[in-house]
Amino acid sequence: MVVDETAAQDNAGAAVPVRLTELRLVDFRNYAGLRLDLTGRFVVLCGENGAGKTNLLEAVSLLSPGRGLRRAAYPEMARGGASGFAVRAGVEGAAGPVALATTVRADAETGSFARQVKIDETPARTADELLDHLRILWLTPAMDGLFTGPAGDRRRFLDRLVLTIDPAHGRRAADYERAMRSRNRLLADGCRDERWLEGIEAQMAELGIAMALARRELTGLLRAIVDAADDTPFPKADLVLSSGLGEDALDRPAADMEDALRLSLARSRFADAAAGRSLEGPHRADLAVFHRAKAMPAALSSTGEQKALLIGLILAHASLVSSMGGATPVLLLDEIAAHLDAGRRAALFDLIDGLGVQSFLTGTDPNLFEALGSRAQHLTIRSGTLA
Amino acid sequence: MAKSIAGPEIERLIQLLAKLPGLGPRSARRATLQLVKRREQLLAPLAAAMATAVETVKVCSTCGNIDTRDPCTICADASRDHSVVIVVEDVADLWALERAKALNAAYHVLGGVLSPLEGIGPDELTIRQLVERIAGGGVKELILAVNATVEGQTTAHYIMDQLAGMDVRITRLAHGVPVGGELDYLDEGTLAAAMRSRTAM
Ligand SMILES: Nc1ncnc2c1ncn2[C@@H]1O[C@H](COP(=O)(O)OP(=O)(O)O)[C@@H](O)[C@H]1O
Ligand SMILES: [Mg+2]
Ligand SMILES: [Zn+2]
Repeated sequence: MVVDETAAQDNAGAAVPVRLTELRLVDFRNYAGLRLDLTGRFVVLCGENGAGKTNLLEAVSLLSPGRGLRRAAYPEMARGGASGFAVRAGVEGAAGPVALATTVRADAETGSFARQVKIDETPARTADELLDHLRILWLTPAMDGLFTGPAGDRRRFLDRLVLTIDPAHGRRAADYERAMRSRNRLLADGCRDERWLEGIEAQMAELGIAMALARRELTGLLRAIVDAADDTPFPKADLVLSSGLGEDALDRPAADMEDALRLSLARSRFADAAAGRSLEGPHRADLAVFHRAKAMPAALSSTGEQKALLIGLILAHASLVSSMGGATPVLLLDEIAAHLDAGRRAALFDLIDGLGVQSFLTGTDPNLFEALGSRAQHLTIRSGTLA
Repeated sequence: MAKSIAGPEIERLIQLLAKLPGLGPRSARRATLQLVKRREQLLAPLAAAMATAVETVKVCSTCGNIDTRDPCTICADASRDHSVVIVVEDVADLWALERAKALNAAYHVLGGVLSPLEGIGPDELTIRQLVERIAGGGVKELILAVNATVEGQTTAHYIMDQLAGMDVRITRLAHGVPVGGELDYLDEGTLAAAMRSRTAM
């Protein structure tokens, strides 16, 4: 990934505005069938608890690689035990109008659910191809504990951020994971075949260093965006990445770092076999977030401050995606307005407006979105249908 | 359970055909119907051809290819350049490369890739035979045409290690083969181009 930090700071105004123009669901969660024309950049979804607001955002999130914003299993997403589901969207995409579809069907024989992605009705080789047209970012209440919760959640969050500016990252991370699991298995089986272990460790080193560098690249770019941004009600965050490879490990030529990681993997076979896992590597990375103005770890900030930091981060990332990819991302913001006072809410709406992105906002109370007025398409959802 | 609509002999035929790639239960039923309707023109010759194949199909002891003779048609083909050996994971890859008329060379079929997660080790593959074949002399270039997956690349690494110090040039397919790409799915033009612009390792 070649990166121009000054480009990242440029106004996102030049980015191609990407938006969904139509959404169709079949047998997805509590939606038997939904057809929705999307007319604007603000899409507001209101409805009671359990109406299907988050479900709808989840459906949209399946127009990107991965298992969507709940990271759920496909069978769980099929309505009431249906043998599959479909999410289709018309998109004013980064490369012009395009029809994107994710369909999941149970195999007639094995019963296992398989996903197929279609782009303009043509099957895609991998879901990564969706990123050529649409990049989606989300913030959900499930992410509220991100700063205090397990490192794995922060790593996944970080990798999602990387993926939206570097589409190869998903594949890289998945391959690394597979290589690591292969090595763990060999060690657990007491494999004495050094060459086999070396072959796998070479893969881990190559993929792992690429992964660590991409993460570092992203944190650097985000820092530049945060530095350049005006002050808003959403406090600035400082990101400190620990690569999982030991500090300063990333300041050498890539080939040297790969050699070093390969060596250290070879040396730690015995310890890793005893531990039953790989003790060191980029799979152990963590992202520390700090409240810049207060010079305080985000984990020690108040619940409200943590939420505000997270919103600030997502907005900064949205502007990064716009400036790097030349096209705006789509934001899915679940139950975000309820936590904010009227002033912060209005400020959030204006910031989103300024980014030029399409956003989907949910809430139980339509009054939360009053400040949007006619800027938004206001929709009411009731038990999986549009009211 | 749905009620059977035909006798067990026909049901069995449907079940077996449905196991073929590209045929679900539905198309298997259609195919079976065609076969039984055209018993003399289709079913009998097919049964005979299958019976012959059962008797004659074998794995080539030189290269691991599947054919009805050993050495296989490719190994026995004197018009090929046997000093160049293309290492592939599976017979399907060999067929794909042949379809693309990529190179007029010989092959070595590994019979899979090293995969701890699927319990496939070096002994399950034809790596030892490959090393013996190279040690036997006469091979100048080995082209590692394995898939760009973790397992494929690990296997390539393993083979290179085994051949270290031997007098053979080892190359691999040029980039342009997508990451994670499986040869079998590539179009013929891409395959042939990747084969022409291979790089030394
Ligand atoms: N596979 C499914 N089939 C049918 N209904 C489902 C399925 N999965 C979840 N639901 C229903 O969806 C509802 C939750 O929808 P959700 O979008 O989370 O609500 P909210 O509007 O509060 O965000 C629940 O009532 C749940 O029973
Ligand atoms: Mg919800
Ligand atoms: Zn042969």
